[in-house]
Amino acid sequence: MKEIVDEKQKDEAEAEPLQERTEGAPMVGLERATVIDTAGASAVVPPGRSRNMGDLLFGGALRGAVWLFLAILAGIVVVLVAQAMPSIQYSGLSFFTQEAWDPVNLKFGAAPFIVDTVIVAAVAMLLAGTIGLAAVIYLVEYAPRWLREPVAFLIELLAFIPSVVYGLWGLLVMSPWLQQNVQPWIQQHLGDIPIFNGAPYGVGIMAASLILSIMLLPLIVSLSREALLLVPDSQREAMLALGATRWEVLRHAVLPYARGGIFGAITLSLGRALGETMAVAMTIGGGFQFPKTVFDQGYTLASIIANEFNEVSSDLYLSSLVEAGLILFVITALVNVAGYFILQRMNRLHRTVARKKA
Amino acid sequence: MNSTQSMKSGRNLRGRIGASARARRNGINVVANVVTGLAALLALSLLVYLLVFLLIKGFGAVNWDFLTKPPGAVGEAGGGIVTSLLGTFTIVTIASLLGVPVGIMIGTYLSEQAAAGSRFANIARIAVNTFTGIPSIIVGIFVYITVVKPMGNFSAVAGGIALAIIMMPIIARTSEDVMRLVPGSIREAGLALGIPTWRVTVGLVLPAARAGIITGGVLAVARVAGETAPLILTALGNEFMPTDWLASLWQPTDEVTLRILKYARGPYDVWHEQAYGAALVLVVGVALGALLLRLTTRGRGTRIQ
Repeated sequence: MKEIVDEKQKDEAEAEPLQERTEGAPMVGLERATVIDTAGASAVVPPGRSRNMGDLLFGGALRGAVWLFLAILAGIVVVLVAQAMPSIQYSGLSFFTQEAWDPVNLKFGAAPFIVDTVIVAAVAMLLAGTIGLAAVIYLVEYAPRWLREPVAFLIELLAFIPSVVYGLWGLLVMSPWLQQNVQPWIQQHLGDIPIFNGAPYGVGIMAASLILSIMLLPLIVSLSREALLLVPDSQREAMLALGATRWEVLRHAVLPYARGGIFGAITLSLGRALGETMAVAMTIGGGFQFPKTVFDQGYTLASIIANEFNEVSSDLYLSSLVEAGLILFVITALVNVAGYFILQRMNRLHRTVARKKA
Repeated sequence: MNSTQSMKSGRNLRGRIGASARARRNGINVVANVVTGLAALLALSLLVYLLVFLLIKGFGAVNWDFLTKPPGAVGEAGGGIVTSLLGTFTIVTIASLLGVPVGIMIGTYLSEQAAAGSRFANIARIAVNTFTGIPSIIVGIFVYITVVKPMGNFSAVAGGIALAIIMMPIIARTSEDVMRLVPGSIREAGLALGIPTWRVTVGLVLPAARAGIITGGVLAVARVAGETAPLILTALGNEFMPTDWLASLWQPTDEVTLRILKYARGPYDVWHEQAYGAALVLVVGVALGALLLRLTTRGRGTRIQ
């Protein structure tokens, strides 16, 4: 029963054509779901019937809460745009193109921060994505059955450690370690290549990327694990019955099936990577130029706001930081909406199958 | 188990495919097994390392004085984090009072009231689902501009409002999800008795989904208790023990994560040690709080599964 209601409501809400819904899934629940459309929870009061006072008040209150939330969201957009306006007018396009952050002389070019944001997020995604996906594949396909749940649970526990605690460890333990052990080695052996020829500070873009990749691991693990678990066992069994090895099953039967979900997981993690603030702010050191070597310090859009906001010396400086926030907001909102629709689509395709499996 | 399976599949193919091809295929499989296993081991050992590290480093700093005394003289041993603990408690309480009811109401609307295919509900659902991914510092900027600046002061209330906004969509999402799991038959039974819709929701659906809603609430509280970035812009931090609790709500307020940040960045070894202590208290405190809430609310209400 629960699956029918659930399925129906989700589908109803998405208002997808029926054909879409049936794609790739044996439609056990379809007829039943259609029937429930007229008798389910969200249609319990027929439109024509007069509601009693309690219903009107209660419904009004609930709708009011939703309006409040939407108003806050709209308010955030309006406030950010309004407060960024002086900076937008003052700096114009040069905000995106110039490498000049000089609050004293009122020069604001945020291009290095955008570049740093992309670099840090990309390196972290590459590391966390590779290790995270490999770990998930092990946990879903290879590990002994008794090991799967507990280990997945433990890794997901990493997500409950607050950002500032990662930053603490990154600043006091990992950065000095990088400075004393890793970076001198890189300098010594690869120093002839320009991007490896710099002074080892410890803190910097390298440290920030590493700490961020550790923080992204649990997110990638939990999201992509869900995607792999949605792959019906019949899919695996069919391949195994053909005499395939576990790896071949994975390559040809599991990964293609879970592709959408994994892509969605990566997208959502990317949103998080671009917006992560505290741990990055604590380990990236702080710098206003384009990075030239892997040892350089810098600032991402999020971390410069966290580190500089309480130091602002002029309204224009404040406005410039708000504009940085606005850019960050737009980027992360786009990435998250994209991730939402990808996951939504995947869930719709696989829901029935997954439910049957469970 | 996996190796037996692949061996079995190899055996089935014997005769058609040469031994070398079989060996190669099994070889790839074993390599994949080992490589992915190492990745899982790496992820797991990172977690274990971090937790053990935090325990060992933090344990040395935590004692009765640490939990009950305000911060000591700058850079000197002694002093504690009681002001930060009080501040975190105050701010998280304000956030919960504001954020939890609104979040549950949004979730209830989306699950129980939203008409099929309603555009309003769809927009709300997208907003709720994507808002959780917006960097929390953005909320900090918003509250700074709309609350801190007009009031002319950083405050616990501003921090609470910021955290409440962050909580709302998290709670809305989980409560919508768990209320959807309540069987339609329960609603239909209530409606068949002539009970108005709102009483069906409040008296039948919400109690049935109770455990799930509480879990969602606990997760949201745990999440915001570890927030730092929005609080830099709203609560700011404070060195002194508040004398008048009510008045202190409107003044800059200290907070555990802010204290960790300050001590981590400071030049003193004592501060670093206390930062580890505060981090341990935060992580353990949040975990214990969540556990306690789960235990006290377990077994009542829900029997849906």
